[in-house]
Amino acid sequence: MAQIFSRNANVYARVTTFGIVVLICGVGWATNEVFWSPYTTYVDVPLTQPVPFSHKHHVAEDGIDCRYCHTSVEKSRFAGMPTSETCMHCHSQIFTDVPLLAPVRESLATNAPLKWNRVHDLPDYVYFDHSIHVAKGIGCSTCHGRVDQMPITWRVNTLYMKWCLDCHRHPQKFVRPPDKVFAMTWQPSQDRQLEPTQLVRQYHIDTSGRLTNCSTCHR
Amino acid sequence: MISLSIRTSLYPLCFCGFLFLCACRHDMMNEPRAKTFSQSEFFKDGASARPLPANVVPRGEAQVNDAFHIGMTNGVYVTQLPMQLTPKLLARGRERFEAICAECHGRTGDGNGMVVQRGFPVPPSYHLDRMRNAPLGHFFDVITNGYGAMFPYAAQVEPQDRWAIAAYIRALQLSQHANPNDLPPDVRNKLEAESK
Repeated sequence: MAQIFSRNANVYARVTTFGIVVLICGVGWATNEVFWSPYTTYVDVPLTQPVPFSHKHHVAEDGIDCRYCHTSVEKSRFAGMPTSETCMHCHSQIFTDVPLLAPVRESLATNAPLKWNRVHDLPDYVYFDHSIHVAKGIGCSTCHGRVDQMPITWRVNTLYMKWCLDCHRHPQKFVRPPDKVFAMTWQPSQDRQLEPTQLVRQYHIDTSGRLTNCSTCHR
Repeated sequence: MISLSIRTSLYPLCFCGFLFLCACRHDMMNEPRAKTFSQSEFFKDGASARPLPANVVPRGEAQVNDAFHIGMTNGVYVTQLPMQLTPKLLARGRERFEAICAECHGRTGDGNGMVVQRGFPVPPSYHLDRMRNAPLGHFFDVITNGYGAMFPYAAQVEPQDRWAIAAYIRALQLSQHANPNDLPPDVRNKLEAESK
Protein backbone atom coordinates (compact mmCIF):
# COMPACT_ATOMS: atom_id res chain seq x y z
CA MET A 1 0.00 0.00 0.00
CA ALA A 2 1.25 3.40 -0.94
CA GLN A 3 2.14 5.87 1.76
CA ILE A 4 -0.49 8.59 2.34
CA PHE A 5 2.04 11.10 3.59
CA SER A 6 5.19 11.91 1.72
CA ARG A 7 8.59 11.85 3.38
CA ASN A 8 8.50 15.57 3.95
CA ALA A 9 5.08 15.66 5.64
CA ASN A 10 6.52 15.97 9.14
CA VAL A 11 8.53 19.00 8.11
CA TYR A 12 5.55 20.61 6.40
CA ALA A 13 3.41 20.02 9.47
CA ARG A 14 5.99 21.56 11.81
CA VAL A 15 6.66 24.51 9.56
CA THR A 16 2.98 25.31 9.03
CA THR A 17 2.06 24.93 12.70
CA PHE A 18 4.96 27.11 13.74
CA GLY A 19 4.39 29.45 10.76
CA ILE A 20 0.74 30.09 11.62
CA VAL A 21 1.62 30.96 15.21
CA VAL A 22 4.35 33.31 14.01
CA LEU A 23 2.01 34.81 11.40
CA ILE A 24 -0.79 35.47 13.89
CA CYS A 25 1.59 36.93 16.47
CA GLY A 26 3.34 38.93 13.77
CA VAL A 27 0.10 40.40 12.40
CA GLY A 28 -0.99 41.19 15.95
CA TRP A 29 2.31 42.83 16.76
CA ALA A 30 2.36 44.83 13.51
CA THR A 31 -1.23 46.01 14.00
CA ASN A 32 -0.40 47.05 17.53
CA GLU A 33 2.69 48.92 16.38
CA VAL A 34 0.79 50.75 13.67
CA PHE A 35 -2.10 51.50 16.01
CA TRP A 36 0.17 53.13 18.59
CA SER A 37 2.60 54.70 16.14
CA PRO A 38 2.61 58.38 15.20
CA TYR A 39 1.27 57.24 11.84
CA THR A 40 -2.12 56.67 13.49
CA THR A 41 -1.97 58.74 16.67
CA TYR A 42 -0.26 61.84 15.26
CA VAL A 43 1.63 62.08 18.54
CA ASP A 44 4.83 64.11 18.12
CA VAL A 45 3.93 64.95 14.52
CA PRO A 46 4.13 68.71 13.90
CA LEU A 47 1.49 69.84 11.41
CA THR A 48 2.13 72.34 8.68
CA GLN A 49 0.32 75.59 9.40
CA PRO A 50 -0.39 78.67 7.30
CA VAL A 51 1.78 80.62 9.73
CA PRO A 52 4.54 78.76 11.60
CA PHE A 53 3.29 79.98 14.97
CA SER A 54 5.70 79.24 17.81
CA HIS A 55 4.21 78.71 21.26
CA LYS A 56 7.79 78.47 22.47
CA HIS A 57 8.43 82.07 21.50
CA HIS A 58 5.13 83.52 22.63
CA VAL A 59 4.75 81.56 25.88
CA ALA A 60 8.27 80.86 27.11
CA GLU A 61 10.11 83.86 25.72
CA ASP A 62 7.36 86.50 25.87
CA GLY A 63 5.48 85.18 28.89
CA ILE A 64 2.05 85.51 27.30
CA ASP A 65 -0.65 83.71 29.25
CA CYS A 66 -2.62 80.91 27.54
CA ARG A 67 -5.84 82.83 28.05
CA TYR A 68 -4.62 85.88 26.18
CA CYS A 69 -5.43 84.01 22.96
CA HIS A 70 -7.49 81.02 24.10
CA THR A 71 -10.06 83.26 25.74
CA SER A 72 -13.00 80.89 26.04
CA VAL A 73 -11.15 78.02 27.71
CA GLU A 74 -12.73 78.77 31.08
CA LYS A 75 -16.29 79.19 29.92
CA SER A 76 -16.86 76.98 26.93
CA ARG A 77 -16.24 73.58 25.39
CA PHE A 78 -13.87 75.13 22.94
CA ALA A 79 -10.68 76.79 24.17
CA GLY A 80 -10.97 79.43 21.47
CA MET A 81 -8.67 80.41 18.66
CA PRO A 82 -7.44 83.99 18.51
CA THR A 83 -8.82 86.19 15.78
CA SER A 84 -6.30 87.74 13.42
CA GLU A 85 -7.04 90.96 15.24
CA THR A 86 -5.67 89.40 18.42
CA CYS A 87 -2.37 88.75 16.63
CA MET A 88 -2.41 92.38 15.56
CA HIS A 89 -2.66 93.55 19.17
CA CYS A 90 1.11 93.22 19.11
CA HIS A 91 2.00 92.74 15.46
CA SER A 92 0.50 96.03 14.40
CA GLN A 93 3.54 97.47 16.15
CA ILE A 94 6.25 94.83 16.17
CA PHE A 95 7.44 92.62 13.30
CA THR A 96 5.01 94.53 11.13
CA ASP A 97 6.62 93.67 7.82
CA VAL A 98 7.90 90.13 8.34
CA PRO A 99 6.99 87.92 5.36
CA LEU A 100 6.06 85.07 7.73
CA LEU A 101 3.16 87.15 9.03
CA ALA A 102 1.84 88.09 5.60
CA PRO A 103 -1.07 85.61 5.85
CA VAL A 104 -2.17 87.24 9.12
CA ARG A 105 -2.09 90.71 7.63
CA GLU A 106 -3.97 89.50 4.60
CA SER A 107 -6.53 87.78 6.80
CA LEU A 108 -7.14 90.99 8.69
CA ALA A 109 -7.36 93.04 5.52
CA THR A 110 -9.75 90.69 3.73
CA ASN A 111 -11.66 89.58 6.82
CA ALA A 112 -11.07 85.94 5.86
CA PRO A 113 -10.01 83.65 8.72
CA LEU A 114 -6.68 81.85 8.69
CA LYS A 115 -7.06 78.16 7.94
CA TRP A 116 -5.19 76.46 10.79
CA ASN A 117 -4.85 72.72 10.81
CA ARG A 118 -6.38 71.12 13.87
CA VAL A 119 -3.73 69.56 16.11
CA HIS A 120 -6.22 67.89 18.44
CA ASP A 121 -9.28 66.42 16.80
CA LEU A 122 -11.45 64.15 18.90
CA PRO A 123 -13.80 61.71 17.18
CA ASP A 124 -17.27 63.22 16.84
CA TYR A 125 -18.80 60.65 19.17
CA VAL A 126 -16.84 62.05 22.09
CA TYR A 127 -18.13 64.92 24.17
CA PHE A 128 -15.39 67.06 25.63
CA ASP A 129 -15.58 70.39 27.43
CA HIS A 130 -12.51 72.46 28.25
CA SER A 131 -14.21 74.63 30.85
CA ILE A 132 -15.08 71.84 33.28
CA HIS A 133 -11.58 70.37 33.12
CA VAL A 134 -9.96 73.73 33.80
CA ALA A 135 -12.41 74.45 36.61
CA LYS A 136 -11.65 71.11 38.25
CA GLY A 137 -7.91 71.58 38.35
CA ILE A 138 -6.74 69.86 35.18
CA GLY A 139 -3.95 71.99 33.77
CA CYS A 140 -3.25 72.78 30.14
CA SER A 141 0.03 70.89 30.12
CA THR A 142 -1.53 67.71 31.51
CA CYS A 143 -3.10 67.07 28.11
CA HIS A 144 -1.26 69.41 25.76
CA GLY A 145 2.23 68.87 27.15
CA ARG A 146 4.91 71.50 27.38
CA VAL A 147 3.46 73.72 24.68
CA ASP A 148 5.88 76.40 25.82
CA GLN A 149 8.70 74.29 24.38
CA MET A 150 7.14 73.72 20.97
CA PRO A 151 8.44 75.85 18.09
CA ILE A 152 5.50 74.48 16.12
CA THR A 153 2.61 72.72 17.76
CA TRP A 154 2.20 68.97 17.96
CA ARG A 155 0.14 66.52 19.91
CA VAL A 156 1.78 64.83 22.89
CA ASN A 157 -1.03 62.50 23.91
CA THR A 158 -3.07 60.07 21.85
CA LEU A 159 -6.40 61.32 23.29
CA TYR A 160 -7.49 57.70 23.07
CA MET A 161 -10.15 56.47 25.44
CA LYS A 162 -7.62 54.52 27.46
CA TRP A 163 -5.70 57.72 28.03
CA CYS A 164 -8.80 59.70 29.06
CA LEU A 165 -9.90 56.94 31.42
CA ASP A 166 -6.59 56.93 33.24
CA CYS A 167 -7.46 60.35 34.64
CA HIS A 168 -11.19 59.72 35.00
CA ARG A 169 -10.29 56.70 37.15
CA HIS A 170 -7.49 58.33 39.12
CA PRO A 171 -8.12 62.10 39.14
CA GLN A 172 -5.96 62.45 42.25
CA LYS A 173 -2.89 61.74 40.13
CA PHE A 174 -3.50 64.78 37.95
CA VAL A 175 -5.44 67.55 39.74
CA ARG A 176 -3.58 70.76 40.53
CA PRO A 177 -4.26 73.64 42.87
CA PRO A 178 -6.50 76.23 41.14
CA ASP A 179 -3.69 78.76 40.72
CA LYS A 180 -1.46 76.26 38.92
CA VAL A 181 -3.85 75.26 36.13
CA PHE A 182 -2.20 77.51 33.56
CA ALA A 183 1.34 76.94 34.80
CA MET A 184 3.40 75.17 32.17
CA THR A 185 6.14 73.89 34.44
CA TRP A 186 3.96 72.30 37.10
CA GLN A 187 4.66 68.64 37.78
CA PRO A 188 2.45 66.23 39.74
CA SER A 189 5.19 65.70 42.31
CA GLN A 190 5.52 69.41 43.01
CA ASP A 191 3.55 71.65 45.22
CA ARG A 192 1.81 69.10 47.36
CA GLN A 193 0.86 71.33 50.25
CA LEU A 194 -2.63 70.08 49.62
CA GLU A 195 -2.87 66.33 49.42
CA PRO A 196 -4.20 65.28 46.01
CA THR A 197 -7.12 63.43 47.54
CA GLN A 198 -7.93 66.57 49.49
CA LEU A 199 -7.87 68.53 46.23
CA VAL A 200 -10.23 66.01 44.65
CA ARG A 201 -12.61 66.60 47.54
CA GLN A 202 -12.16 70.36 47.36
CA TYR A 203 -13.09 70.36 43.67
CA HIS A 204 -16.08 68.08 44.40
CA ILE A 205 -14.85 65.59 41.83
CA ASP A 206 -17.20 62.63 41.80
CA THR A 207 -15.25 59.49 42.66
CA SER A 208 -18.29 57.23 42.84
CA GLY A 209 -17.59 55.91 39.36
CA ARG A 210 -19.81 58.33 37.49
CA LEU A 211 -16.75 59.73 35.68
CA THR A 212 -16.26 56.41 33.93
CA ASN A 213 -19.87 55.94 32.86
CA CYS A 214 -20.16 55.56 29.09
CA SER A 215 -22.55 58.48 28.91
CA THR A 216 -20.12 60.86 30.62
CA CYS A 217 -18.25 61.26 27.34
CA HIS A 218 -20.48 59.50 24.80
CA ARG A 219 -23.69 61.42 25.10
CA MET B 1 -3.44 17.28 -0.37
CA ILE B 2 -1.44 19.01 2.30
CA SER B 3 -1.24 22.22 0.32
CA LEU B 4 -5.00 22.05 -0.23
CA SER B 5 -5.69 21.93 3.51
CA ILE B 6 -3.37 24.89 4.06
CA ARG B 7 -5.25 26.78 1.40
CA THR B 8 -8.65 26.02 2.92
CA SER B 9 -7.44 27.12 6.34
CA LEU B 10 -6.13 30.35 4.83
CA TYR B 11 -9.54 31.41 3.50
CA PRO B 12 -11.09 32.07 6.95
CA LEU B 13 -7.90 33.89 7.92
CA CYS B 14 -8.11 36.16 4.87
CA PHE B 15 -11.77 36.75 5.60
CA CYS B 16 -10.90 37.84 9.14
CA GLY B 17 -8.28 40.19 7.74
CA PHE B 18 -10.88 41.62 5.40
CA LEU B 19 -13.23 42.19 8.36
CA PHE B 20 -10.43 44.12 10.06
CA LEU B 21 -10.29 46.52 7.12
CA CYS B 22 -14.04 47.10 7.35
CA ALA B 23 -13.41 48.97 10.59
CA CYS B 24 -11.18 51.47 8.86
CA ARG B 25 -13.98 53.82 7.84
CA HIS B 26 -14.17 57.09 9.69
CA ASP B 27 -17.84 57.92 9.19
CA MET B 28 -18.61 58.11 12.88
CA MET B 29 -15.41 59.92 13.75
CA ASN B 30 -16.19 62.69 11.32
CA GLU B 31 -19.92 63.11 11.21
CA PRO B 32 -21.39 65.50 8.65
CA ARG B 33 -21.89 68.26 11.17
CA ALA B 34 -20.17 71.54 11.82
CA LYS B 35 -17.61 71.55 14.59
CA THR B 36 -16.43 74.81 16.11
CA PHE B 37 -14.56 76.81 13.48
CA SER B 38 -14.65 73.96 10.96
CA GLN B 39 -14.76 74.58 7.25
CA SER B 40 -18.05 74.43 5.44
CA GLU B 41 -18.93 73.75 1.86
CA PHE B 42 -22.45 74.97 2.46
CA PHE B 43 -21.77 78.61 3.23
CA LYS B 44 -20.22 80.86 0.65
CA ASP B 45 -17.43 82.15 2.89
CA GLY B 46 -16.28 78.57 3.60
CA ALA B 47 -16.72 78.86 7.36
CA SER B 48 -19.27 77.01 9.47
CA ALA B 49 -19.24 79.77 12.08
CA ARG B 50 -21.77 82.41 11.08
CA PRO B 51 -21.22 86.12 11.62
CA LEU B 52 -23.65 87.77 14.00
CA PRO B 53 -26.50 89.62 12.31
CA ALA B 54 -26.30 93.38 12.77
CA ASN B 55 -27.46 94.79 16.10
CA VAL B 56 -28.04 91.50 17.88
CA VAL B 57 -27.51 91.49 21.61
CA PRO B 58 -26.44 88.32 23.40
CA ARG B 59 -28.93 87.27 26.06
CA GLY B 60 -28.14 88.94 29.34
CA GLU B 61 -25.63 91.33 27.81
CA ALA B 62 -27.87 94.22 26.84
CA GLN B 63 -26.00 97.40 27.69
CA VAL B 64 -28.72 98.86 29.87
CA ASN B 65 -26.50 100.19 32.61
CA ASP B 66 -24.22 102.99 31.39
CA ALA B 67 -22.04 103.02 34.49
CA PHE B 68 -21.45 99.27 34.26
CA HIS B 69 -21.21 98.85 30.48
CA ILE B 70 -19.46 102.01 29.31
CA GLY B 71 -17.98 103.37 32.53
CA MET B 72 -19.80 106.69 32.15
CA THR B 73 -22.89 108.36 33.47
CA ASN B 74 -24.21 111.24 31.33
CA GLY B 75 -20.97 111.30 29.37
CA VAL B 76 -18.76 111.66 32.44
CA TYR B 77 -16.43 108.88 33.63
CA VAL B 78 -17.55 107.23 36.82
CA THR B 79 -15.18 107.48 39.75
CA GLN B 80 -16.61 104.61 41.79
CA LEU B 81 -16.89 100.90 41.06
CA PRO B 82 -20.41 100.07 39.88
CA MET B 83 -20.30 97.03 42.16
CA GLN B 84 -19.04 96.22 45.62
CA LEU B 85 -15.28 96.02 46.08
CA THR B 86 -14.42 92.66 47.59
CA PRO B 87 -11.15 90.78 48.07
CA LYS B 88 -12.53 88.26 45.59
CA LEU B 89 -13.01 90.94 42.94
CA LEU B 90 -9.47 92.22 43.49
CA ALA B 91 -8.05 88.71 43.27
CA ARG B 92 -9.93 88.16 40.03
CA GLY B 93 -8.63 91.50 38.77
CA ARG B 94 -5.09 90.50 39.58
CA GLU B 95 -5.45 87.17 37.83
CA ARG B 96 -6.90 88.80 34.69
CA PHE B 97 -4.39 91.64 34.78
CA GLU B 98 -1.48 89.26 34.90
CA ALA B 99 -2.95 87.11 32.12
CA ILE B 100 -4.07 89.82 29.71
CA CYS B 101 -2.45 93.17 30.60
CA ALA B 102 0.93 92.47 32.17
CA GLU B 103 2.41 91.45 28.80
CA CYS B 104 2.78 95.17 28.04
CA HIS B 105 2.00 97.05 31.24
CA GLY B 106 4.23 94.89 33.41
CA ARG B 107 3.15 93.14 36.58
CA THR B 108 3.58 96.27 38.64
CA GLY B 109 1.99 98.52 36.03
CA ASP B 110 5.16 100.45 35.25
CA GLY B 111 4.69 99.90 31.51
CA ASN B 112 7.74 97.73 31.02
CA GLY B 113 6.23 94.38 30.13
CA MET B 114 7.93 91.75 28.00
CA VAL B 115 6.23 92.81 24.77
CA VAL B 116 7.36 96.38 25.38
CA GLN B 117 10.90 95.11 25.83
CA ARG B 118 10.51 93.54 22.39
CA GLY B 119 9.77 96.90 20.81
CA PHE B 120 6.11 97.70 21.43
CA PRO B 121 5.53 101.41 22.17
CA VAL B 122 5.92 102.04 25.90
CA PRO B 123 2.56 102.60 27.60
CA PRO B 124 2.42 105.23 30.34
CA SER B 125 3.13 103.99 33.85
CA TYR B 126 0.08 103.71 36.10
CA HIS B 127 2.07 105.50 38.74
CA LEU B 128 2.21 108.83 36.92
CA ASP B 129 0.14 111.53 38.62
CA ARG B 130 -2.17 111.89 35.66
CA MET B 131 -2.92 108.17 35.73
CA ARG B 132 -3.43 108.19 39.50
CA ASN B 133 -5.84 111.06 39.13
CA ALA B 134 -7.70 109.52 36.18
CA PRO B 135 -11.25 108.49 37.06
CA LEU B 136 -11.85 104.75 37.36
CA GLY B 137 -14.18 104.76 34.37
CA HIS B 138 -11.26 105.85 32.19
CA PHE B 139 -9.49 102.52 32.75
CA PHE B 140 -12.68 100.65 31.95
CA ASP B 141 -13.10 102.70 28.79
CA VAL B 142 -9.53 102.08 27.63
CA ILE B 143 -9.87 98.32 28.11
CA THR B 144 -13.17 98.39 26.20
CA ASN B 145 -12.20 100.66 23.32
CA GLY B 146 -8.41 100.70 23.27
CA TYR B 147 -6.18 103.74 23.41
CA GLY B 148 -3.28 104.79 21.19
CA ALA B 149 -1.41 101.67 20.12
CA MET B 150 -3.57 99.51 22.39
CA PHE B 151 -6.34 97.61 20.60
CA PRO B 152 -9.81 97.22 22.15
CA TYR B 153 -10.02 94.28 24.54
CA ALA B 154 -13.81 94.13 24.71
CA ALA B 155 -13.82 90.80 22.90
CA GLN B 156 -11.33 89.23 25.30
CA VAL B 157 -12.37 90.70 28.65
CA GLU B 158 -15.95 90.72 29.89
CA PRO B 159 -17.33 93.91 31.51
CA GLN B 160 -17.28 92.38 35.00
CA ASP B 161 -13.61 91.47 34.54
CA ARG B 162 -12.79 94.91 33.14
CA TRP B 163 -13.99 96.42 36.41
CA ALA B 164 -12.02 93.85 38.38
CA ILE B 165 -8.92 94.86 36.42
CA ALA B 166 -9.64 98.56 36.92
CA ALA B 167 -9.94 97.94 40.66
CA TYR B 168 -6.67 96.03 40.65
CA ILE B 169 -4.95 98.88 38.80
CA ARG B 170 -6.01 101.12 41.68
CA ALA B 171 -4.48 98.61 44.09
CA LEU B 172 -1.25 98.65 42.06
CA GLN B 173 -1.21 102.44 42.17
CA LEU B 174 -1.68 102.36 45.91
CA SER B 175 1.11 99.82 46.26
CA GLN B 176 3.64 102.30 44.86
CA HIS B 177 2.39 105.21 46.98
CA ALA B 178 1.52 103.45 50.19
CA ASN B 179 1.68 105.37 53.45
CA PRO B 180 3.10 103.30 56.33
CA ASN B 181 0.65 104.99 58.69
CA ASP B 182 -2.25 103.36 56.81
CA LEU B 183 -1.01 99.89 57.68
CA PRO B 184 -2.50 97.89 60.53
CA PRO B 185 -0.27 98.32 63.63
CA ASP B 186 1.04 94.75 63.66
CA VAL B 187 2.08 94.89 59.99
CA ARG B 188 3.65 98.31 60.54
CA ASN B 189 5.63 97.11 63.53
CA LYS B 190 6.86 94.13 61.54
CA LEU B 191 7.87 96.39 58.67
CA GLU B 192 9.68 98.78 61.00
CA ALA B 193 11.47 95.89 62.70
CA GLU B 194 12.61 94.57 59.35
CA SER B 195 13.81 97.92 58.05
CA LYS B 196 16.06 98.50 61.08
